[in-house]
Amino acid sequence: MVASNKAFVSFEHVQKSYDGETLVVKDLNLNLAKGEFLTMLGPSGSGKTTCLMMLAGFETATHGEIRLDGRPINQVPPHKRGIGMVFQNYALFPHMTVGENLSFPLEVRGMGKSEREEKIKRALDMVQMGAFANRRPAQMSGGQQQRIALARALVFDPKLVLMDEPLGALDKQLREHMQFEIKHLHESLGITVVYVTHDQGEALTMSDRVAVFNDGRIQQLAPPAELYERPQNSFVAGFIGENNKLPGVIEELNGDRAVVRLENGEKIDATAVNVKAKGEKTLVSIRPERVEFKPELIPEGSHTIDAEVLEIVYMGDILRTRMKVAGHDEFIVKCRNTIDQMRLEPGQRLRIGWNPLDARALDMI
Amino acid sequence: MSDVASQLTTADGRPLKAALASAQARAKRRAFFLVLPLLLFILITFAIPIGQMLQRSVYNDQFSKSTPALSEWFAANPKGTAPDETAYAALASDLLLMKETRAAGDAGTRINYVVSGTRSMFTKAARGADKLEPPYMETFLDLDKDWNDPRIWNAMRSAASPWTLDFYTIAFDMERDGDGKLTKVDPNQRVYFRLYIKTFFLAGVITAICLLLAFPIAHLLATLPMAKANLLMILVLLPFWTSLLVRTTSWIVLLQGQGVVNDILVALGIIGDDGRLQMIYNQTGTIIAMVHILLPFMVLPLYSVMRVIPESYTRAARSLGATSWTTFRRIYLPQTIPGIGAGVLLVFILAVGYYITPALVGGADGQLFSNMVQFHMTKANWSMAAALATMLLVGVLVLYWLYDRLIGIDKLKLG
Repeated sequence: MVASNKAFVSFEHVQKSYDGETLVVKDLNLNLAKGEFLTMLGPSGSGKTTCLMMLAGFETATHGEIRLDGRPINQVPPHKRGIGMVFQNYALFPHMTVGENLSFPLEVRGMGKSEREEKIKRALDMVQMGAFANRRPAQMSGGQQQRIALARALVFDPKLVLMDEPLGALDKQLREHMQFEIKHLHESLGITVVYVTHDQGEALTMSDRVAVFNDGRIQQLAPPAELYERPQNSFVAGFIGENNKLPGVIEELNGDRAVVRLENGEKIDATAVNVKAKGEKTLVSIRPERVEFKPELIPEGSHTIDAEVLEIVYMGDILRTRMKVAGHDEFIVKCRNTIDQMRLEPGQRLRIGWNPLDARALDMI
Repeated sequence: MSDVASQLTTADGRPLKAALASAQARAKRRAFFLVLPLLLFILITFAIPIGQMLQRSVYNDQFSKSTPALSEWFAANPKGTAPDETAYAALASDLLLMKETRAAGDAGTRINYVVSGTRSMFTKAARGADKLEPPYMETFLDLDKDWNDPRIWNAMRSAASPWTLDFYTIAFDMERDGDGKLTKVDPNQRVYFRLYIKTFFLAGVITAICLLLAFPIAHLLATLPMAKANLLMILVLLPFWTSLLVRTTSWIVLLQGQGVVNDILVALGIIGDDGRLQMIYNQTGTIIAMVHILLPFMVLPLYSVMRVIPESYTRAARSLGATSWTTFRRIYLPQTIPGIGAGVLLVFILAVGYYITPALVGGADGQLFSNMVQFHMTKANWSMAAALATMLLVGVLVLYWLYDRLIGIDKLKLG
């Protein structure tokens, strides 16, 4: 394959099994371009961390080939791969100061003292931790330790940096702040990053592309916007963001336009994504913020359906409205909280609809 | 108002400090009563016996209790005064007292510790004490010409007071010559101090072997999956559940001249039938059996430390470019220091004071210092046993102090 020859990192038909009975990773094919920020996103046990560990060299692939910069690395031990890694619990050596932690990768490379000091200073300044060289890891907060771990993974100028849920232990505010810092570092240094997380928000804000893992396979590999707006299957639709799901049967299929008959007989418009024939069962997914109930906003000729307002939760920026639609009472509609917004009341009945592009007819799960 | 600011009060006007103290008094009292039984137990079974041992090593009234006249003479005449007629008269009157109280054997034994071969002089003289007549000096010299030996008189002067350092003098392989100066005893009689040094050396060897053997086992235990680790842990702890005597005896079965190990070596043709190895009833036997018995004390603290070292440290080191050896030396090993320290200290202290195994399998050259303590206890020489035991205690305390200075007791991690 031409693409994989050009790719900086490539997985080709990689499989991994720990017990010889079940596959944790099933036939993984993935190519990364140089300088790309790729996030592996998925629930725990989906195989994402195993993929990262295979790339780092701590696990061996049962089958298939992993290449780094065109070179197969299956047989290369971890310390010869030259890959920087940031661990979930930081893994800063507790018996060394921050300076010694950063010095370690340079010492094992036989670098001279003055060169080491210069690089350590540069790396610490990069994460705004220049004054902390003599501290011990235990004397620092989680956020500070995270920065040091980042500096240590970057101090020896690796071309590829792996991050295994690096922000998992931080509180929400700090986590969001660090997301931007990591993103900026990635952009300014031009490094390639493989980032593992189970936090979809993190994946969407930071990545160039996101690989959604489930059950040992990549379910969808796409840039964040596409992933959010055009999920390819029901798992991705359910895993990324909030989605309303309406089960039904394909009534009409015309190219990628479909009309779906819901369980109570009502018909809705949808875009056919992975349905192939009339009569097939499908799950239609619609984002809560794309549901409209003002008649002027519903495209002409679209089907509308009956809804009953059950509950309105005031959330400040939005009004989260729970409705009963086609027999399902967990249908969510999000309305922006603006002055001219129409105020709904519980018990109120209305017709709702949407742009057919926003309703995606996906596989049944 | 500044008074109010400097002394805070409760809402009803009591000083805050007093209120706090009385509020906590009950809880403190209750906590004290909870630990009281243990406190008493330690006091009765540990602190008092050790105090008694220390006292016995410097206090012995075997001689002084029956020598009021001699004590008086020694008090009146300074050290170095040659015994004159009055001294021999005091000796005669004390011997008469010994005859009446049947204490001559005891008193003679006390002098015999310092100058050997003198016990019989006292028992013999006391037997005929009622027939001793002036001039006493000649009478005594007629009985035994050694009675004017200055070493005996020095020993009696020292023993006339119950407080003495004689036993420590003996324990350091020293003696007092005729002028009362400390000199080393003949090289072939230097038993105690040489054995003391050897005991610490052997304990060091045993500790080192234990560390070398326990480190990989503990690491394996810490990294294996739980089910397998538990099984291995049972194997490590199994020796704890077996009688010490049984374990030691089984080593005899294995290691003796006609034992299992020698038989196998002969059968394999590695050694000839006439070249069977002597592995028991000597130093080798002591080392092998003690390493086996003390190994769990090294494994457990190491395991408890290794178990909590996350794998991510070694992974991080490897990803940063370190070889597995560098990772071990610079990342893993330093983090196990608290466990190594605890294990080494534990095994060393136990080994230094070990008695039963060297007694059973040590033979002549595999005996340790404790065996000497036991020897003097069976001979009812409590003061000597106490002095030797105190030496062990001091040796261990010095090492403990050194450990604290070098590594720090706060870094100790026993489990």
